[in-house]
Amino acid sequence: MTLLPSKFGIYGGQFVPETLMPALIELEEAFVNAKADVEFQKEFNKLMASFVGRPTPLTYAKRLSEKLGGAQIYLKREDLAHTGAHKINNALGQALLVKKMGKKRIVAETGAGQHGVASATAAALLGLECVVYMGSVDIARQEPNVFRMKLLGAEVKPVNSGTKTLKDAINEAIRDWVTNVRDTHYLLGSALGPHPYPTIVREFQSVIGSEAREQILLEVGRLPNTVIACVGGGSNAIGVFSGFVDDDQVELIGVEAGGSGIESGKHAARFGDEKKARVGVIHGTRTYVLQDEDGQIAETHSVSAGLDYAAVGPEHAMMRDNERAFYTSSTDAEALNGFHTLCHTEGIIPALESSHAIAEVIKRAPMMKKDEIILVNLSGRGDKDLNTVINEMKENR
Amino acid sequence: MNRIQNAFKNKPIFMPYFPLGYPDLNTSIDVIEALAKNGADLIEVGLSFSDPLADGPVIQQATQVALEQGITIKKSLEAVKELRKRGVEIPLILMGYYNPMLAYGLEKFVRDAKDAGADGFIIPDLPVEESDEFVRATGPSPLPLIRMLAPTSSSERMEKIARNAKGFIYLVSVTGITGERKTISAGLSDLIADVRKHTNIPVCVGFGISTPEQAKEVGEMADGVIVGTACVRTIGRSENPVEAARGFAREF
Repeated sequence: MTLLPSKFGIYGGQFVPETLMPALIELEEAFVNAKADVEFQKEFNKLMASFVGRPTPLTYAKRLSEKLGGAQIYLKREDLAHTGAHKINNALGQALLVKKMGKKRIVAETGAGQHGVASATAAALLGLECVVYMGSVDIARQEPNVFRMKLLGAEVKPVNSGTKTLKDAINEAIRDWVTNVRDTHYLLGSALGPHPYPTIVREFQSVIGSEAREQILLEVGRLPNTVIACVGGGSNAIGVFSGFVDDDQVELIGVEAGGSGIESGKHAARFGDEKKARVGVIHGTRTYVLQDEDGQIAETHSVSAGLDYAAVGPEHAMMRDNERAFYTSSTDAEALNGFHTLCHTEGIIPALESSHAIAEVIKRAPMMKKDEIILVNLSGRGDKDLNTVINEMKENR
Repeated sequence: MNRIQNAFKNKPIFMPYFPLGYPDLNTSIDVIEALAKNGADLIEVGLSFSDPLADGPVIQQATQVALEQGITIKKSLEAVKELRKRGVEIPLILMGYYNPMLAYGLEKFVRDAKDAGADGFIIPDLPVEESDEFVRATGPSPLPLIRMLAPTSSSERMEKIARNAKGFIYLVSVTGITGERKTISAGLSDLIADVRKHTNIPVCVGFGISTPEQAKEVGEMADGVIVGTACVRTIGRSENPVEAARGFAREF
């Protein structure tokens, strides 16, 4: 028996080699103890305020709301967290656990590079050795983040196996972890992987939802009608959803990467493709997985590296089944339109991941009443994506 | 007496691993037949998966080639049937990751594996915490799910895992992924002794054993020696894989 529930309905679990099981048990113990430890919480909260810059603001998107002519839109500004995305919340939380467990070294995977940068930052702050695995395709499209990680003292190891993206980076991080498990912690960056990771990541990201709930109540005096977030593995979404999950009247919408469109087969919409998405087991967890008939994991595609992954966090799978949350997708083109729209109307350059959520706002807000509220989690800033966007603009000219 | 028990009559036993479909399906069947008829006591027959997270580069690359060659679970099971037809009598244990088995359907997979002539299963990403579903699917008179133990397994875990283990214990010799190591882990004999406190079934050691000398050294402590990467590398590199398999099996 695990100390905390290891499953979300039928999803989740611990599908890892025996070598890693003791490390998962140790991590769960450390996490349970830390949750009850006033000193740990104090230290975490202090860093969240003094280092990360929390609480992040809630911004009323006045011009975007006017332009769309429907619901009033509020942005939860995780792009303003230190390092430019919500990833730092979890990276710092886990890095503090690493110190508690007495380990000296962390390995991390990264897709867009945001989690890699957050991990490298946490490691530098707390004096840990840090190795980040990153697919060589992602290294090419997120070059600024690779440089940032190196500046922060991390070693970035390119991954050339498989599809050379996030999935393969996770494989390599796990291979390193299983080899060096006695002194190394795997600092997993999304609400994925074997228990206790999905729970730990949600807990450290729940600060997004609890702040956002408090802020919207203070500013508007009532809860939003709809909360929207993009979903790769799903950590920013689960973080913001957790603040509203008990408010039954609040609609929760997750936005997956629709890539070139579901029918093209080139996408990362785990909930959107009935042919390719089935419940399976990948990277230690049971969840919806894009795969072929023989159970081989499918290649995915998205303009945003951070959403380009064949599986989704297990808690999202449960929330989709029990209809507490609804999931949709935005294509690359819709996300790019969302990107430009937010740049022009609000003076904010969003990450391409977050632009998928903006794209859903653009679809949904005009159909809502003017006194209704959408709260969207702006999970990261888009500086890292400038090369991708410039290339897309050239191609489409 | 079943094939697995029979195989352990003369210990220690030699257990090579080879993936079906590498470098192509027919050659892999010939290779496994050659291993079986030239000294292998039990063969781990590899089922390929796109994301083999417990494997090092050599087996990753080989199983990737097998997938590119179009290997599937269905073709793999047909190959096992073919090996039985060719008179291979030693135990054939299917080693693969969980997701392709789930996709095939667990009950159907276990039934078809049995019908094909397989003797058991090794699933590296299925620890004891998650294995009930698979064991249920195997139904009455099941083929065994071979249990794995690792250097990191605590005494409590060894007890829990070994208590109901069947066939043999697969003891992972080092923390890490599959692949050759220069030396045998210094703590191995203590580790094997620890495992034996919890079970009377044979204890076989895998991960990192690549030379006949290392195999001999491990064979003095364990009931079986598993050789994967070195087998795949030697045979895969050869111009004549079947001849290489004969030589490899004889050498060990």
